[in-house]
Amino acid sequence: MPDFEPKIVAFVCNWCTYAGADLTGTSRMKYSPQVAIIRFPCTGRIDFMLLLKAFASGADGIIVSGCHPNDCHYSSGNFHARRRWIVFRGLLDFLGIDVRRVQFSWVSAAEGAKWAQLVNETAEHIRGLGPFTGYQRLRGLGVE
Amino acid sequence: MARIGVFICHCGENISATVDVMKVAAEAAKIPGVAHSVEYKYMCSDPGQQLVKNAIREKGLTGVVVAACSPRMHEPTFRRACAEAGLNPFLCEMANIREHCSWVHEKGDATTDKAIDIVRTLVAKVKKNKALQPIKVPVTKVAMVIGGGIAGIQASLDIANAGHQVILVEKEPSIGGHMSQLSETFPTLDCSQCILTPRMVEVAQHLNITLFSYAELESLDGFIGNFKARIRKKARSLDEKLCTGCGLCTQKCPSRRIPSEFDAGLGLRPAIYVPFPQAVPNKPVIDREHCTYYRTGKCRLCEKVCPTQAIRFDQQDEIVEADVGAVVLATGFDIKHGDFFPEYGYGKYRDVIDGLQFERLASASGPTLGEIRRPSDGRVPETVVFVACAGSRDPAKGIEYCSKICCMYTAKHAMLYKHKVHHGKPYVFYMDIRAGGKMYEEFVRRAMEEDGVQYVRGRVSRIFERGGKLVVKGVDTLLAARPLEIEADLVVLATAGIAQPGAEELAQKLHVSYDAHKFYAEAHPKLRPVETNTAGIFLAGACQAPKDIPESVAQASGAAAKVAALFSQSELVREPLIAVVDRQAPPVYSSCVGCFLCQSACPYQAIEKEEIRGRDGQLLKTVAKVNPGLCQGCGTCVAFCRTKSIDIQGFSHEQVHAEVLALLNRGERDA
Repeated sequence: MPDFEPKIVAFVCNWCTYAGADLTGTSRMKYSPQVAIIRFPCTGRIDFMLLLKAFASGADGIIVSGCHPNDCHYSSGNFHARRRWIVFRGLLDFLGIDVRRVQFSWVSAAEGAKWAQLVNETAEHIRGLGPFTGYQRLRGLGVE
Repeated sequence: MARIGVFICHCGENISATVDVMKVAAEAAKIPGVAHSVEYKYMCSDPGQQLVKNAIREKGLTGVVVAACSPRMHEPTFRRACAEAGLNPFLCEMANIREHCSWVHEKGDATTDKAIDIVRTLVAKVKKNKALQPIKVPVTKVAMVIGGGIAGIQASLDIANAGHQVILVEKEPSIGGHMSQLSETFPTLDCSQCILTPRMVEVAQHLNITLFSYAELESLDGFIGNFKARIRKKARSLDEKLCTGCGLCTQKCPSRRIPSEFDAGLGLRPAIYVPFPQAVPNKPVIDREHCTYYRTGKCRLCEKVCPTQAIRFDQQDEIVEADVGAVVLATGFDIKHGDFFPEYGYGKYRDVIDGLQFERLASASGPTLGEIRRPSDGRVPETVVFVACAGSRDPAKGIEYCSKICCMYTAKHAMLYKHKVHHGKPYVFYMDIRAGGKMYEEFVRRAMEEDGVQYVRGRVSRIFERGGKLVVKGVDTLLAARPLEIEADLVVLATAGIAQPGAEELAQKLHVSYDAHKFYAEAHPKLRPVETNTAGIFLAGACQAPKDIPESVAQASGAAAKVAALFSQSELVREPLIAVVDRQAPPVYSSCVGCFLCQSACPYQAIEKEEIRGRDGQLLKTVAKVNPGLCQGCGTCVAFCRTKSIDIQGFSHEQVHAEVLALLNRGERDA
């Protein structure tokens, strides 16, 4: 499917990855426009049901990114997010969502280049996986 | 019905060059609930802000979305403008179509479409925003400065002279930092200690400064204006109040062959020692690792000779707690040591030394009393090769950056050598000479022209020993591009400036960002160079990046000015972006079931138990309650709550759900 342009939602924390993505812009590095960012105070705030909601709404891929381990602005939010992700992976599988559609990463406020790379790699990866077609079924399962 | 105003900024051409701003404005106008949509060249300018204010008043807007730069840049600007026009500032959101769109994508439909998506997302969010009232918190007008080098000293003095209390924490037994180790300083060749030590004494005597030397930060909690610091005062094995600094103990100590840290390993010191004669405070400390008594249980000679009985072998580390309103990080830098250069024989040949060791050789207070003598046999070196960029600007060594100070100090070293050994032959291998700074280029010229230092443009490939000489193999890339071999008596490597070994650990205690090389990250590379991303924590000196003395001092004064500005107000206004627990009318009172999972998730102990009682005092329900003074707004509790009873203002369930739906174009189903 050569014309397929995926829709990717990035759930990022305000302090590291959002600022890192700002630095990508300030440094004028280029990346794929298929990814749009939603800002959270911390990855610890991200209720992973939101990820299902995004899939049910037609997202083809998702990035979750926050501060590196030990660097969380709020001490431990990223650890909670990491633990939640480990549990959530199994649920994704159960719901029939390819776990490779979710990219979990750490990008610090100083890693503008890493953000560009993460976005490009994820976009490429999701292009390879093709569009996510199971979203109506997800809604049938009660994920709104 | 929502009446949202959308204001799209061209940012000169920064946005409009790649995003079709007219189309964005036209599309935004079609979004349900948008009552007003305009674009303008510079929305942050006075006339731009006036556009927003006028529209709020004339169109009766209930929310504002400014599609421009990052909220980290201008959110405060536009929130203030909204407030001035009578709209609650928390009903204004920024749609970041510059850093996250126009600057990172090529011109085209996809970029414009993404900008429209971002605007739609923020319009959906702002419709769910609630008017919030800022929280006021008091400011503790005490600053803590971490690091007592020249940057920390300058920051402490400036803050103290502004009339505020300062706690200065230094991990070494004396303040002074690397500057106290230097011989002379460029570009004037004035003696480092002569200009530094008066400042050190001033710190010790200043009524507003409390100095904790030989101490480290244990932990820091709280937030801007209201930090709680725990400082570990390491055991000096000495009662500082009794010690007069007479120095008898250090003279009598029998363990005398310990490499001196201050002399960069070239000199020796006893186990009970003062790092250098002008140390502040001038009180010794026992190095327990090397002290005979701690190793064998016998000796106690220092205790016997001390005229004031100040020695305390059983002293323990002490934890001191302090309330502080601001922190200045001034922990400085280190240079690359060890087996970093196997090809240069660094660490293998005693006469291959680093720049800091040369400073000690050239210093009048150093192990050779200022005579340039090589470490191996004490002979005066006839030929000295200085290697600039030893590790710096070398991606193969993992250090891409320029260490910035080495070009200048290498010129200074070659000059000092020539001033002391008139017949000596100094060579400098360099990649480029970076001498940007007042009188810097002139200084390097002086080394070349007046002192006859031979500059060779090229890299050194290998250094090895042959017949008592160090053979430096390199290349001269300028004239004939010929390989070059110099027989030297001493080689000085200008090794790369790096972050302090404990920099990462300290950053994690303070929750400040740092880069891949562990240098602390400033809040903005150009406009906020002395602030960190953590409010109330500021940066000074080489902990942020390698810097010379004038730059460190300038940044320290900048940080001090920021602290003084913060302390000029008695109350701080904090954003009310904190968690709240559901409360509703009887008989439910709250949807919280009192599981207190949130309490276990909260890193700030901000969640308390509240008992809801009836009129007769009977306990009806125990529910969670957020202490607004402690909550920092991370929202971890929100994601934990099983009954969705706890929510965070500014990033509420309603807001983020609306954003996800809008971004994916699911429209206004919930509107």
